[in-house]
This record gives sequence, C-alpha cells and structure tokens, in this order.
Amino acid sequence: MKKCIALFFLVTFSSSLFAGEVITVKGSDTMVILAQRWAEMYMKKNPNVTIQVTGGGSGTGISALINGTTDICNASRPMKPAEKQKLKLRFSTLGVEIKTAKDGIGIYVNEKNPVKELTVQQIRDIYTGKITNWKQVGGADSRIILYSRENNSGTYVYFKENVLDDEDYSPSCQNMPGTAALVNAISKDPNGIGYGGSAYAKGIREVPVKTDENAPAYFPNAENVKSGQYPITRFLFMYVKSKPTGAMKEYIDWILSEEGQNVVVKVGYFPLR
Amino acid sequence: MNTMMKKRFRLSEFLAEKLITATAFISFAFIVLIFIFVFRETLPIFSVPEAAITQEELGEQETYGDITLTDAEKASEKNEKSKAVNDEGASIKNLAGERWQPVSSKPKYGLSPLIIGSLKISLIAILFAGPIAIFAALFTAAFAPKWAKEILKPAIEILAGFPSVVIGFFALVVLATVVQDLLGLEYRLNAFVGGLALSLAVIPIIYTISEDAISAIPKSLTEASLALGATKWQTALKVILPAATPGIFAAILLGVGRAFGETMIVLMATGNAALLSANLFEPVRTMSATIGAEMAEVVFGETHYNVLFFIGSILFLFTFTLNAIAEIFVRQRLMKKFRGD
Repeated sequence: MKKCIALFFLVTFSSSLFAGEVITVKGSDTMVILAQRWAEMYMKKNPNVTIQVTGGGSGTGISALINGTTDICNASRPMKPAEKQKLKLRFSTLGVEIKTAKDGIGIYVNEKNPVKELTVQQIRDIYTGKITNWKQVGGADSRIILYSRENNSGTYVYFKENVLDDEDYSPSCQNMPGTAALVNAISKDPNGIGYGGSAYAKGIREVPVKTDENAPAYFPNAENVKSGQYPITRFLFMYVKSKPTGAMKEYIDWILSEEGQNVVVKVGYFPLR
Repeated sequence: MNTMMKKRFRLSEFLAEKLITATAFISFAFIVLIFIFVFRETLPIFSVPEAAITQEELGEQETYGDITLTDAEKASEKNEKSKAVNDEGASIKNLAGERWQPVSSKPKYGLSPLIIGSLKISLIAILFAGPIAIFAALFTAAFAPKWAKEILKPAIEILAGFPSVVIGFFALVVLATVVQDLLGLEYRLNAFVGGLALSLAVIPIIYTISEDAISAIPKSLTEASLALGATKWQTALKVILPAATPGIFAAILLGVGRAFGETMIVLMATGNAALLSANLFEPVRTMSATIGAEMAEVVFGETHYNVLFFIGSILFLFTFTLNAIAEIFVRQRLMKKFRGD
C-alpha cells in the first residue's frame, strides 16, 4: 500500500516536472470542442506542452482570467467594459483580444414548419414579441413559441445586441440550458423557433436569412459566413492578459496558422480567411 | 474493581467525546457562516451603485493576429462597443418590478415573476405528491402485508436518492410530449410539466416522514378501535390518520421546502420564461432555476450578482422558516396535543 502511494506521488511529481509548459484554457461552451481539438492536435505535435481545456461559459472564462486562474480565456462574445475594468484593476492591463474563428448563428425551426425565409427585421420582431403568429411571416396560422438560450450564454448576448438591436427578449421567451436542449425542444414543437451555432440534430431545419426585404436569403454555410453574406455571423475570441510570449505565443500562432484553421472547419465552425 | 475501571480517566474516550462535540459545532458554524456569506453578498444592492464605465474611459483593447475586417464587420464591431450599459442598480422599485431582464441595456430585476413561478411550481408538485405520498404511507403502515412493506418502503425511499438531472431530463424529453398530447397544450414545457416532474422528487420526502408518523402511533389506539368493532378502513381513516396529522403536516411542509429549492428539474422542464401570470400551463421561471442558470456567468460584484444572492437569501429564509415551523411547532407541540401526553 505504502509503495503504491509512493509510486503514485513519484509518477505525478515526475510527470509534472517533465511536462514542460502547461497552458490552461477556460471559457465558452460553444468553443469547448474546438479548443479541445486544438489542444489535442497541438500536444501531439509538441509533447513538451500540456494544454488543459475546460468550458463553463464565456463569462466564467473571463472571470477566471480576471482571477488569474487561467492563461487563456475562450469567449463567444467580446469582453464587457466592466470586465475590462476589473482586469485593469487587477493586472493593470486591458487584456489582448485574439479573433480565432467565425461562427454563423443559425435560425432553427421544426422540420414541418413551412416558413421559407426570414429577414433580420422579422426575426427581431418575433423575438421582441411584435410578431406572434407564423401567419405573419408566411407560415401556418399558429402561435410562435419562442426558444432562447439562458442569459449566461455568449450566444444570448450576441443575438440580443446584434439581431434584437439591444431590445429585450419577449418575456414569453423560453430559456433553454444549452443548445442541445434547445434543439431537442424545437424538434418536438412544430411552432417553435430558436437560434444557435451549427445545427447537428434531426427534426429541425435552418431557415435562410436575408438582411432586408430585397436582399437574397442565405444559409449559414461555410461560403456565406466566410464572405460575410450571411447576416448573423460572429467571431469566436480568445483573451489573454498581455501580448502572448513563449509557448503561449507559439500555440496561438499555430491556431491562427492554416493547420489550426483547418481544425476550425472540421469542428463545424468557419475559418477567419 | 469494576467501578474503579469506570472512573479511570481514559484519554481515547475523552478525545472521542471532544471530537464529536467539535464536529457538531463545526457543522453548526458552517451553516452560520454560509448564512452570513449569502446575506453579506446581497448587501450592496441597497447602496448606491458606482457609475457605469464607458468604453471611451477605458481605452482601446489590444488585439493579436492579423485579420483584416470587412466594412460590415467593422461597422458591427463599432456598434457593439458604443452600447453602454445603463445600470441603475437594484432599487426597491426595480426589485418589485414585473420584468426579469438582468442582461439588458437597462437591466430589470423584477422578482415577482420568479416568486410567483416558484409558488406555482411548488403548489402543483404538492397537489400531486401530497395525496399520493400520504396514501402510500397509510397503505404501507396500516394495510400492507409484511412482504409488501419490505419492498415498497425501500423502493420509494430510493426514489429520494434519484439524481434530479435524470428526472429533469425525463421530463424534458418524455413527460412534456405526453402531457402536451394529452391536454393539447400550446406550450410543451410549462409549469404543469415541471410540477409533475418535481412531485417525483417530493413524494419520497412526504412518504418517508408520513410513514414514520403513522408507524409511530401507539398500537393501543389501533387495537382499541378494532376491538370496538371498527373496520380496518374506519380505523385507518378515522383513528390513525387524524392521530398522525401533525407528522403528515410536517412532511408536507418539508416537501414544499424541497420543491421550492429544487433547481435542476425545474431548470430543464419548465421553459424558464419569466412570465407574470396565473396560468398553470404557461412556462415559468423559478427563483432556484434563475440562480442555477445565471450564477456561473455574472461578473462578480456586479448588481446582477448581488441580486442573485438576494434571491438566494429569500429562498434560504423561506425554506428555513418552513423547516423551523415543521420542526418546532408541528412535531413537538401538536404531536403532544393530539396524543394527549
């Protein structure tokens, strides 16, 4: 028994001694799979670097950066002024923003829903409660059931600021904990509408979106998001305290390189260029 | 010789005694400390908030990596940065409002939809769980043959250890569809579904305590009733149940406390829309679910964070009061009165 314990300590100590650089990454749940793939690929190529990835949400990651418990923070929304101020108080730096990938936010409806396309204005009116019946946007005569993410989600904040033009969501909006729960709800609700990252479930479909009445409608696919023609696109960020150096700089440079950007495509998001 | 042994001072015994005493006091201290922590974190909402910081005052953030933005992207970025949050803090007026929109250019911290939501859910859960659990308890304690009792009691009590996420997931995926199809509801996820799922978590609590209360009734009461010619049914309903009322009442109170504080089930099954309405078939957002969903993301020390702690203190006080009433008033005083000792 004692030998076992001694061995255990020996292994953990030696592994931490010889592991070389450890980089911790924390934040956005949207980005967690992407960040894990990056870490796995990079560690395979550079065995002397250990990268630990955890999720928790954009705000959780930013709080961790402010509290000094993570080296890199993933965020699917930009940092808020209040957060920057906290970082400044603590480390007298505003932090460094790194754009790492692009994401198109799809509008989901049930696959039985006949609605053909929506304008950004219509989506805004639907989510702020001005349009309440599918008939008003070319669908069947039934009430629109709104689904949204929880307000701890970066996607929630992005959608509110950029699609709703900073108006409040309608109070009848149902907040789902996570994209999976939201997709599940819409797949079972013929009158539901929701939003989120790349679709991956059965029973729902994405509605093409157009900027205004006269513009053509686009699907959120690679081409349209990269060119910026799909109206609801956002960046996925990484934040660090100060200009990256050493192992961290190498890692971030690799993420921005072609190899790192290929991972972005494989995971289902869109590369920067 | 024997008495000598007993009086001898034993260090191990002395230490063990002190250790147990210390443990008891430490758990008590933990509760008090949590109490203090929760209340301390709510305090800032009653003071004047600091002025909001604008982007201009902070200056531009550095960027890394050479990405050229298209004009549309630049415009949207500028648009994003010009939006300053106009947080007036959580005044009493704001807290009494009708809207819960904490993430907003003008945050609204109206608690009434959340309080109503919690009450609605608890009411539905108790209406389902109460009768089922009490009659199940009556059956196992008064009617069931021994072998049935040996299966039923542990089986229902195991339900208490059922992870609430599992119940929540079941409600989200299966129960919600069944209820919607049966009743033809507009909303798939609503207070009714949440309350129904919650009753699964509440039943074992009410059941266990009621069962204990019923079993604790002196055998002499039952025997006297049967000897006077009353049937088993009459004895159960007119003698055993009334005698066990205080215990059952305590069980229901504790059940309400559990329903009020339960987070995961309601978070998954109720739709979480902060609507202020009396309709039981509309989505609701409860206080506990609000904390569960939002606490991970708030900026520490912000008004939103303090308001969440305020909700926490309300929950704390509510369940604390319920448990205190159940414990002191019902169990001790009424029990004595009914039993006549």
